[in-house]
Amino acid sequence: MADIAHDVPIAAEAPPPRSTGALGWLKANLFSSLTNTILTLLCIALLVVAIPPVVRWALIDAIWHAPNGQACHGDGACWAFIGEKFRFILFGFFPVAETWRPVVVVGIFLLMIVAACDRRMWGRRLGILWLIGLCAVFALMRGGFAGMGKVETAMWSGLPLTLILAIVGMLFGFPLGVLLALGRRSRLPAVRTICIGYIELIRGVPLITLLFMASLMLPLFLPAGVTIDKLVRAQVAFILFAGAYLAEVVRGGLQAIPRGQIEAADALGLSYFQRTRLIVLPQALAMVIPPLVNTFIGIFKDTALVIIISLFDLLTTAETALTDGAWQGFYVEAYVFIGVIYWSFCFFMSRYSQLLEREFNRGRRR
Amino acid sequence: MASEDAALSIAPARPPLWRDAKFRGIAYQIAFVCAVAGLIAFAVHNTLGNIGRQNIATGFGFLRREAAFGIGESLIEYSPADTYARAFLVGLTNTLHVAALGTVFATILGTLMGLARLSRNWLVAKLARVYVETFRNIPLPLQLFFWWGLLNKMSPGPRQAWQILPDVFVSNRGIVYPVPFANPVYEWVGAAFCIGAVAAIGFRRWAKQRQARTGQQLPAGWVTLGLIAGLPLAVFLGFGAPLALDTPALKGFNFSGGSSMSPEFAALLIGLVIYTGTFIAEIVRAGILAVNWGQSEAAMALGLRSGQRMRLVVLPQALRVIVPPLTSQYLSLTKNSSLAVIIGFPDLVSIANTTMNQTGQAIEGIAMIMAVYLFLSLAISLAMNAYNRAVALVER
Repeated sequence: MADIAHDVPIAAEAPPPRSTGALGWLKANLFSSLTNTILTLLCIALLVVAIPPVVRWALIDAIWHAPNGQACHGDGACWAFIGEKFRFILFGFFPVAETWRPVVVVGIFLLMIVAACDRRMWGRRLGILWLIGLCAVFALMRGGFAGMGKVETAMWSGLPLTLILAIVGMLFGFPLGVLLALGRRSRLPAVRTICIGYIELIRGVPLITLLFMASLMLPLFLPAGVTIDKLVRAQVAFILFAGAYLAEVVRGGLQAIPRGQIEAADALGLSYFQRTRLIVLPQALAMVIPPLVNTFIGIFKDTALVIIISLFDLLTTAETALTDGAWQGFYVEAYVFIGVIYWSFCFFMSRYSQLLEREFNRGRRR
Repeated sequence: MASEDAALSIAPARPPLWRDAKFRGIAYQIAFVCAVAGLIAFAVHNTLGNIGRQNIATGFGFLRREAAFGIGESLIEYSPADTYARAFLVGLTNTLHVAALGTVFATILGTLMGLARLSRNWLVAKLARVYVETFRNIPLPLQLFFWWGLLNKMSPGPRQAWQILPDVFVSNRGIVYPVPFANPVYEWVGAAFCIGAVAAIGFRRWAKQRQARTGQQLPAGWVTLGLIAGLPLAVFLGFGAPLALDTPALKGFNFSGGSSMSPEFAALLIGLVIYTGTFIAEIVRAGILAVNWGQSEAAMALGLRSGQRMRLVVLPQALRVIVPPLTSQYLSLTKNSSLAVIIGFPDLVSIANTTMNQTGQAIEGIAMIMAVYLFLSLAISLAMNAYNRAVALVER
């Protein structure tokens, strides 16, 4: 031990690799190892191959103004097609002279959604606001008063129709879902069995079959002479469909309520309905708000299926616009246009649900 | 709950009937069942009346009649002279075909993208994120129309077909690709693969027992690779490696040779895989993130290499989180394959739709579709639940 020379300095270690600055960042995030370098180069190659043609098609070679479809066929996109058709794609067969009405309707829906996203608004105020909003939407779409011409539901089309199907489906599907979830957790066997049967039946079959049922079978179920509007039938299908999916989301929340809460409510002498309304549901529903938003995104995307029963939602109006003989062959342009609309709604809502999830978990994070 | 309260009191006075929990429960149930049964009876009554009035035929007798419509593509023999039952069978096989392939490819794509999102490589992670966020937020019907428009209407005729890979051509007739000519050697290779797989499983079991007994490890990974990949390869090479590809070539106005996929099938498969892949990617990512970092640190402290750490510590725990939502993705892929009807791929729903239009028997047609999908859902749930039990945490 005595041989150890205390004064011999240990050779200095090399400094740690740079981790700051542009070079350091590149080294740490793109070229940290041989595999990473290869992956990075592959990705760059992919981008170099893919991006320039897309930019050339969408911007550089694109035709922005053209008198008709013939003059619009070039190497790039024909945005003139969208310019020509965007009113039809967005609002469909709604009378041209009254276009301001669906525009205002979409505006009201956007305001309603923005208001619902503001957590300070949550509560009775939001309920009243939504009720007024929905009434205004239906008054504007239907018309028939104050100088506004009456517009049959068959003419409701495009973006307003998509929004109505999704939002009304969610609004009415939600209470149905809560009741089904409570029924599924009931200790009464008959109630439980019927609720499980309903939920699993609806979730087990594709939405298409429900829409077929609504358009082909529902008329048979009703007494002779009673006919229901096609839009209402599709809306009923969406409500029944949304109810089953929302029930499973709500059940997740119900299952997460600690048993002690229910026992405490019983100890206080609350009845089943008091306990459910005052203790269980407020906690369970608050817990499942983020997955509820996700379910809403799913339902919003599913409205595109009504093309099957030829209701003119956003997707169907775009498909219809494509059949115009004067403007033929602009598939990609039309799909990109409505794709961007759908995408903006869904992306915004999914970011919002992620934000909520983070905020709700703040207390639980270390 | 209320009955427990009653049991607590020493000498329970019998409450009045309307406050007796048991009686009330039965009364509620009777009322509920009566309401549901009444609703169903109302619908059935109206339906019978309507059917009688409109002269709609009932029963499944139509299944034995001649279908008299052509089907674009089929895995089994079919001609318009066949029965409706046969047509349904064609639709069912087409649905199963696209769902099975879609499930496999979506799992592969989703897993790769989920891992890529967790990559330490910034560019890889960002590109994977762009993929997920783009395709998850666009409705599937729109994506199907897009791919179908691209493959069927925008793509050139066979003479100007796009060559995306060597000998793989895309034209408005679909995608053609080379396949090896049938050769008896391939059956031997397949047999060798099966023997190798069985032997590998047996060897691993024996090696595990031996390790438990003696503590000695055997290079199980290399032996497995040798048995599963090496044995078939040896057989293949032993027979002189007969690799003759049936490559597609332009003959006249279309390709001959190779194998091909119709634009409808290709669009449906691509759409389903890309759409479902985004959800699977998020599930895989969440599953791996759900495994506590401490587990990885503990594994490192035990001296496990990174491959072992992933295989023995992280993955078994991640699978527990991954499998249940993965099941519902498989289910929704199968159900979403019914969207084939909008691009004209003859799946079950599309054929049932044609049948309903021809015969007017909507109730039977929809009942058959629902029965098939319920059965498929049940089958997938059962299979995945069995797998889930195998990977689930064994608790006290």
